[in-house]
Parts: sequence; C-alpha cells; structure tokens
Amino acid sequence: MGVRVLKSGMADSLRDAGRFGFQHLGIPPGGAMDNVAMQVVNILVGNPTGAVVMEMHYPAPQLEFNSPALMALSGADFQATIDGVEIALNQPMLVPTGSVIKFNKPVSGARCYLGVKGGFEADEWLGSKTTNNFAVRGGYQGRNLQKADWVAFAKPFSYEVEEPAVMPWTANVRELYPQGPCYLIPGAEYDLLDVASKQCLIHEPFQIASNSNRMGYRLQSAPMHLGEYKECLSSGVGFGTLQLLPDAQTILLMADHQTTAGYPRLGHVASVSLPTLAQLNAGDSIRFQLIDMNTAESLYAAQEKHLRQLKNACNFRLQEYLSND
Amino acid sequence: MGLKKNVEPKIAAFSSANLGLTCSVEKSFPYRIYPIGDQAITLDFGNLIKDEINAQVMALFYWLKEENLHGIKDIIPAYSTISLVYDAPMIRKWAGNGSVYQYMEQYLTNALQQLDLLALPGNRELRIPVCYHQSLAPDLLELCQEKQMDLNEFVAIHTATPYRVYMIGFLPGFAYMGSLDERIVAPRKLTPRTHVAAGSVGIAGVQTGIYPFASPGGWQLIGQTPMTLFRANDDQPSLFQPGDLVQFEAISIDQFYQLKNNPS
Repeated sequence: MGVRVLKSGMADSLRDAGRFGFQHLGIPPGGAMDNVAMQVVNILVGNPTGAVVMEMHYPAPQLEFNSPALMALSGADFQATIDGVEIALNQPMLVPTGSVIKFNKPVSGARCYLGVKGGFEADEWLGSKTTNNFAVRGGYQGRNLQKADWVAFAKPFSYEVEEPAVMPWTANVRELYPQGPCYLIPGAEYDLLDVASKQCLIHEPFQIASNSNRMGYRLQSAPMHLGEYKECLSSGVGFGTLQLLPDAQTILLMADHQTTAGYPRLGHVASVSLPTLAQLNAGDSIRFQLIDMNTAESLYAAQEKHLRQLKNACNFRLQEYLSND
Repeated sequence: MGLKKNVEPKIAAFSSANLGLTCSVEKSFPYRIYPIGDQAITLDFGNLIKDEINAQVMALFYWLKEENLHGIKDIIPAYSTISLVYDAPMIRKWAGNGSVYQYMEQYLTNALQQLDLLALPGNRELRIPVCYHQSLAPDLLELCQEKQMDLNEFVAIHTATPYRVYMIGFLPGFAYMGSLDERIVAPRKLTPRTHVAAGSVGIAGVQTGIYPFASPGGWQLIGQTPMTLFRANDDQPSLFQPGDLVQFEAISIDQFYQLKNNPS
C-alpha cells in the first residue's frame, strides 16, 4: 500500500514536525517548512498532526496510488488533478487504486503538502522521520524522492474505494496564514543598527533572492549597517532568525538552518508568520513589522487554538465516514 | 511567579565516581537574557572565548538536561551562551499569568542560581591523529611562509596542547576548538572554498576545527584526520561533545592512509 513516483519533482521529501534534541551536536530540526500545511493535511485525513507528509516544490512529482487511500493536499496551489480532474486543496478525498495525481502549474505558494490516512512510512533517525539530506538519514532513504520510488503508507487503509470521492467539507485555512507584514521580534543586535537601517527594516521591501532554499532565504534590500561594528561569536539561532551579513544584506534562516551562527541577529520572525513565509517564492517581497513578545505569543496561541478547533471539527465529520477506525 | 518544580541540583548523575574528574564552577560572570524568537531564549555571558565561561555554559547545559523540563525541545550551548528552544503552547500551561518568555527567563535565572552546588562531568580527553602532509593541507605551506616559520615548528605548535571543544555547530558534529597559540592564529580565507574534504583540519582566528563532512568552508586547511567524526547510525553520532579536550597527534602520510583504509 502506498504511492509510486511516476515522475520526480524538483525537491520532494518526506517531512514531520522536525528532529529536536540534537541541536547541541549541530543537527538541525529540518521539519516541514510550512508547519501549518503539514498539520492541516494530517487533520483532514484524521492523523496525529505530526504524521509524515510529502513536501513538494514546483515542478512537483506525478504519483500513482497503488492502493485505495484517504488523502488531502494543502499549502501551495499547483493545480492538482486526479486522473485529469482538478481537485481542491484542503479537502479530504478518497481515491481508488491506480489513481494518478499530477500538478499542472504553480498558481500560488511555494510548497504543497500531501497527507494520507495513516501517514507515509519513513526511516526514523534520532527520534524523527524527517529527511536530513546532509547526514542522508530519515525520510525516504535520507534523500529526496526519485522516479520509481515506492513510498509506502505507515498503516494500511482498510476501505474499498470504487472511484474518487471528495468529502463534503473543507478546512478554512485563511486565518492560519496572516497576510500583510511579516511579524518580527527584535533580535539581540537590533539596537546596534544605525538609524537609517532601522527605518529600512520596517519601511523597505526585502526581496527573496534566487539562491534561497530550505536552509535560508537570501534577502535583497537597501543596505543596512550597524552603527558600531560588532564581531559576534557563534551562538544558537533558529527558524526565522534574520541575520545581517558582511555585505550589508540579510539572510533569513529557514527549516534546515544551521544550529549556530555568528552574524548579528536583527530579529526573529514570530512563529505565527513562519507558515506564510514558507509559502513565498524567489522574487516575492517581504515587509517586516516589529512586534513585542506578548503580541507574538498571543498570535501564535490563537493560531494553535484555530488548529485544535479544526482538528475537532474534522474528526467529528470523519467519524461519520470511517466507522471501523 | 513560581516555578513548577522545586529545583534541586542533581549531583549524583555526574559524580566523580562515574565520570572521572570534576571541576567546580564559579558563578560570578555577568550575563543577560534575551529572546531569539517567541519559542527560544538565550542566556549570554558576553562575547568571550574563555574556558571558565564555557565551563559555566556546560554546567548549565548538564543541569538543564538533567532537569528535563517538559516543553524544552533543544538546549544549544555555544562559546559563551546557552540557548533553549521551547514549545510555547506547552509551557503556557504552567506559565501563570505572565508571558511564556517571562517564565523561561525566570527559569534560566533560577537555574543559574542553583549552579554553584553542581559538579561538572570531567572533560573527556580524545587523541586525534592528524596528517599535516601538504597533499592534505592546502593552506599550510603558504601560512608557514607568511609566518616565516618552519613547517615542523607549525605542526609542533598545533599539537603542543590539548584544545577545548567549546561548542558544536555549523555542520552535524563540527567542533569549534581553541584557543590556538597566537603564533599560528590566522584569519578565514577571503573567498571560502566550495569543497573542503571530510576530515580536513582548519584554523580560523584563534579557533581550530575539523570538517566532519565534505562541504563548503572558509577555514585555512592545515591537515586532515583519517577518523570518521560523525556516525549517523550510532546512538551518539558525534565523536566530539562540547567540553571535550582534544589532543592532536601528527602522523605520517603512510599512517594516514593505513588508518583511513582500515578504520578500527
């Protein structure tokens, strides 16, 4: 039971919420870039929110189901079709054996997530199943998916499905992705920025450069400078840390970030804004807005609450259909 | 705002009986605490490479690990800082009326106050063979020329004393060690290499380190070890741990390939 990769995409990998507890050895968490989309697909198919999902970039893969499945897509819209029929994001769907899922064009967002009931089977390494491409561990043999790979389901799906059927409910994810500015908590070296650079940080756009990836987004903006040069020793950093590089430009650390770094820390993207950020493409622009800790914490708490409510509602609906579960 | 647990130092797990030497820790260094996001916090003893400060960082690291507060996902020690990554929604459950950050700040402050009773685990001493042959040390000759130093002299200085592993970062298992004798201190290369061989020993400022994997890198390369530093299949995948003492030992090119081809 599982899916076969008929055609590989640009960078498809198996992800969970991340590998924690080993950053003191230099091993990054490396979970799903868009943690909300990962949770949403799992919620829609009735999995624990951290079950293994497939993260896809565009061009995305072509996949064939070798058994019936309950599946869902969330995150980026790559105009998915099943056997030629367009399907919507954020809706659970039953598919029979032999169904082929294709992604036809990038409409919006950067990363699309596929979840299946039971989750995907993946190698466990240091307590997590997310892929670590560097150590070649976790996920599917520690690497991105390739043509002819066979990705099994972690648990068999024990229902017969005759033809594709969309469940009559949709997860409303709009409020899970704050629009407008990207919320930033000032970092330890923020105060050292000169006056013009502080203005730049909150008033100027920061464009994502093409050499951006899961490790970090290189940003292009008006140059920024510290009022007084400061040499920093390496120290812990995280998903969302905004660092000032020697060339007066910035880098925003993403899911595969290094565990420590030594450039000045201008700020840290609030947790609530990370999923929105993860759906941006090279060429897109970011505008930052500084917020305080209390605001950041309450916004994140609200997002979490929203996800819990979604989970309860979806489980309730799903129970009507999956009786022997 | 009280802490959930009544925190008592747990010395037993790190007693000298099972871990060799102990050293006491003073707690006289000034520090500040600041957020690195809304789910991570750093305690910073200042921007300094100092054994006593790093020892205090490591004491905190072991104390926090032993304490194992539910909701702390990672503890990252560095030269003079320690960072905690936490699950805000989980800690919110016992954070009381204040912010989760305030709770964590208080938690770290209290942790620091408990420390003076704590015994650190002894530093492990590791001997690491390094071959300084020029075929494995692309920057060594030039460095020696710049410093008007005999190659043997350079090697003798680099292998003269054990180095402390101050922290691990950058790559899985990459140990930042120091501090170098000032006679062999050298800056990073202006243009980083796109490919550095696994096992390469480099220097950058007063630091020395070994690349566990082939990767891009900007440190000046002065040798190579035949040892495997990162074994992903082991429960403890990194050969080096923060706090280790590492003594380099010069080996010949023949010994290098012998060890490389017949790893024990």
